[in-house]
Amino acid sequence: MSNEPKATPDITSSTVPFWRNPEKRGVIFQIAVLLLVLGIGYVLFSNTQANLKRQSIATGFSFLHNEAGFEIGESVIDYSAADTYARALLAGALNTLKVSFIGIILTTLLGVVVGIARLSHNWIVSRLAGGFIEVMQNIPVLLQLFFWYSIFYEAFPAPRQALNPLPGVFLCNRGLIFAVPEAHPAHTPMLWALVAAVILWWLLARWARKRQDLTGQIFPVVRSGLGLCLLLPALVWLAYGAPTAMDIPVLRGFNFRGGMAVTPEFSALLIGLVLYTSAFVAEIVRAGIQSVSRGQIEAAMSIGLRPGQVLHLVVLPQALRVIIPPLTSQMLNLTKNSSLAIAIGFADFVSVANTTINQTGQAIEGVALIMAVYLFFSLSTSFFMNWYNKKMAIVER
Amino acid sequence: MTDNNTSTSREYLKPPVTEVGVLGWLRENLFNNWFNSLLTILTIYSLYLVVPPLIKWAFVDSLWLSDAAACRDIDGACWSIIPANARFIFFGFFPEDQQWRPLTAMILLLALVLYSQNRRSWNRLLFPIWTAGLFVMGWLMHGGLGLPVVETAKWSGLPLTLMLSLFGMVGAYPLGVLLALGRQSRLPAIKSLCVVYIELIRGVPLISMLFMSSIMFPLFLPEGISIDKVLRAQVAIIIFTAAYIAEVVRGGLQAITKGQYEAADSLGLNYSQAMRLIILPQALKIVIPPSVGILISAFKDTSLVVIIALYDVLKTTKVTLSNPKWMGFSSEAYLFLAVLYFIFCYAMSSYSRKLEKALHTGR
Repeated sequence: MSNEPKATPDITSSTVPFWRNPEKRGVIFQIAVLLLVLGIGYVLFSNTQANLKRQSIATGFSFLHNEAGFEIGESVIDYSAADTYARALLAGALNTLKVSFIGIILTTLLGVVVGIARLSHNWIVSRLAGGFIEVMQNIPVLLQLFFWYSIFYEAFPAPRQALNPLPGVFLCNRGLIFAVPEAHPAHTPMLWALVAAVILWWLLARWARKRQDLTGQIFPVVRSGLGLCLLLPALVWLAYGAPTAMDIPVLRGFNFRGGMAVTPEFSALLIGLVLYTSAFVAEIVRAGIQSVSRGQIEAAMSIGLRPGQVLHLVVLPQALRVIIPPLTSQMLNLTKNSSLAIAIGFADFVSVANTTINQTGQAIEGVALIMAVYLFFSLSTSFFMNWYNKKMAIVER
Repeated sequence: MTDNNTSTSREYLKPPVTEVGVLGWLRENLFNNWFNSLLTILTIYSLYLVVPPLIKWAFVDSLWLSDAAACRDIDGACWSIIPANARFIFFGFFPEDQQWRPLTAMILLLALVLYSQNRRSWNRLLFPIWTAGLFVMGWLMHGGLGLPVVETAKWSGLPLTLMLSLFGMVGAYPLGVLLALGRQSRLPAIKSLCVVYIELIRGVPLISMLFMSSIMFPLFLPEGISIDKVLRAQVAIIIFTAAYIAEVVRGGLQAITKGQYEAADSLGLNYSQAMRLIILPQALKIVIPPSVGILISAFKDTSLVVIIALYDVLKTTKVTLSNPKWMGFSSEAYLFLAVLYFIFCYAMSSYSRKLEKALHTGR
C-alpha cells in the first residue's frame, strides 16, 4: 500500500528541497488537482447558467406540482393525466420497484436452479445448463427485450382469438389475462392473518433455536411456519363463509374486461431481465458451491448427515459467503437494467422522467432525479445485502 | 508397476460390459440412480417436444433468398429478411455508392485484431501499426483527401457498433487504471475524488449517462460550440466503463502482497516506476478474466445507444422491421443479430481463457 517512501527522521526538510519531499509534493499535487476539478466545475456551471438563461428554461423543482397531462400505461397507484408530475414520477418509480422486486426473486430462483444443474452429474442436464448460460450471457439484454416483446406482438393472437389454456386464463397480444377472486370483505382480515402467521413463524424460529441450544432437539420450523401461513388465512376465509366468487375476464369489443392483466410490456421486460441476469447468477452459484472443499462434504457425510442436511448445514452456509457479494451486484444490475423499459414502452421511472424532460425542457433536474432515484435503490440494496452478508459471514478468530 | 512378474500369471477379469464403452458412459453419466434417470428421461422428452419443431421452422420450412411476398405463404422462418436488407442492416445511412469504405474499414479492423491476438506480434511495432490503422479507418469513414466527406450523423450499422465499443474499451481502460490507482492512493483528496466518481457512476444505469450526454451535455458548453452526437455518446460510454474497470483493477491491486510494494520501495523506485514496472504488470494479469467480462459487457452495452437514437446495428435492424414489407419477421432478424453478438462475445471470452492460461506463471 505504501507507495512513497516516508521521509526518514535524519533527513529533515531543511536538507531536502520541498519538491523532493514526497509528503509536501503530495499536498501540492492534491491542491492542483482540486483546483483543476473546481475550475472545470465552475466553467461548466457558468456555461449552463448562461445557456439556461438564453433558452429561458426555468430552474428548480417547482415543475413537479404542474399537471403532467400524459397517460401511463400501467401503474401500481391510481394515476391519471390530470395528476401532477410528482405523482407521475412516483408511479414510474413504483413500476421500477415492482419489476425489480419480482425480477430479483425470479432471477435468484432460476439462477440457483441453473447453477446447481450446471454441476449435476447428469451429462445432458449440465450441458444444457452450460448452453443456457453461454447464450444468455453473450446476447445484449436490450436485444433480448426486443425479441420477447416481438414474440408477444407477433406470435400471440389478437384478443378475439385469444388462447385459453386454462379456464379463466387468456393469452393474447394484449398480455396474460386471468381471473382473480372478486373483492370481498374477507380479504383484508386474511392479509392480517398472513402477517400474524409470519410473526408467529419468526417467534417460533427463535424458540426452536433456543430449545435446540439447550436440549439439542430439532424442531421442524420451516414446515410448521409454511403450515401456519396457509392455515391462518384459510381459517379466516372459512370464518367469512368461504367466498368463491371470481372476477372472470370477458371479451368486450376489442379487449378483455375484468380479471387481472399482465401487459406484454411488463412480461417482456420481466422475462428478458430474468433470463439474462439468471445466467450470471447461475455462474456465481456454481462458483460458490465449488468453493466448498470436498473434505467438508465428506466430513459431513461421515458423521451421518443426510444429503439434504449436508447441503443445508454444511455446504450452503460456506457457499453463501462466496455467493452473496457478487449476487448483490447482479441484483443491482437487474434494477439498473430495468431502465431499458423505455425501449419497449413500459412506464418505469426513466421512461416517465424522459417524458417529463421532453415536456418541460428541464433536463438537468430530470437527469438528476433519475440518478438520485437509482443511487437510492443501489445504496439501499447494498446496505441490506451488506447487513445480510455480515450476518452470514463465518466469524473467524 | 511393481507386479510385472505376477501379472502375467494372474487371470484377468474383464470389467462388466455395463461399466465400459457407450453403455458404461450412459450408466455413469445419465442413469446412475433413479433420480438421474428420471431427470434424463424428462429432459430428453422435453427436448423432443421443442427441438424438432424448431428445426422444422428454422431449416425445413424456411426461405433464405426470396422476396417478402413469398415469405407470407410459408410456416417456417423467413431468413430472406437478412440478405434482402443486408446493406442497410450493416451500413445504415452510409451513402450507397461509398459502401466499400466502411466495408474496407471493418476488414482492416478485423485484420488488426487478428494480427494482434497473436502474442508473437506484441512488440514495439504494435502501437504504430494500430495508430496507422486507426488513422486509415478514420479517413475511410470520414473522407477528405480525395474521398467525399461523410458526416458522422450518417455513420451507422455495424461500423458504428464496432467503433463505439473499440474506442470505448481503449479509452476506458487507462482511465479505469488511473482511477483504481487513485482510489488506492494515500492522498486523501485524490482518494475521495476517485471514490465519489466510481460509486456515483456505478450506482446509475448507463442510459442515464447517455441521456446526460444527449440532453444535458449541450448545456455545459459555451454558446456556439457543439460536439458531435456520436462523440458525446462515446464519452458517456468511456466514463461509464472506466468506473467498472477501476473496481476490477482495484481488486488486482489489493491482491498484490505488501512485500512487493516494499521491495519496490527498497529498490528506490519512485511511485510511477514502482507501479509501471512492478505492481501493475502483476495486478493486471490477475484481473484478466474479470476485465474481459467488463469489456464484453461494454460491447453488449453499446446497443443501448439505440435509446438516444444513434443508428447502431440494432437500430438499423429495427428500422428494417418497421418497413411494412418486412413487418412481422422480427424473430428472424433478432435471432440473426443474437448470433452476430454471440460470435463476437464468445470469441472474446474464449480468447481471454487462452490468454489467461498462457500468461499463468504459477504462484
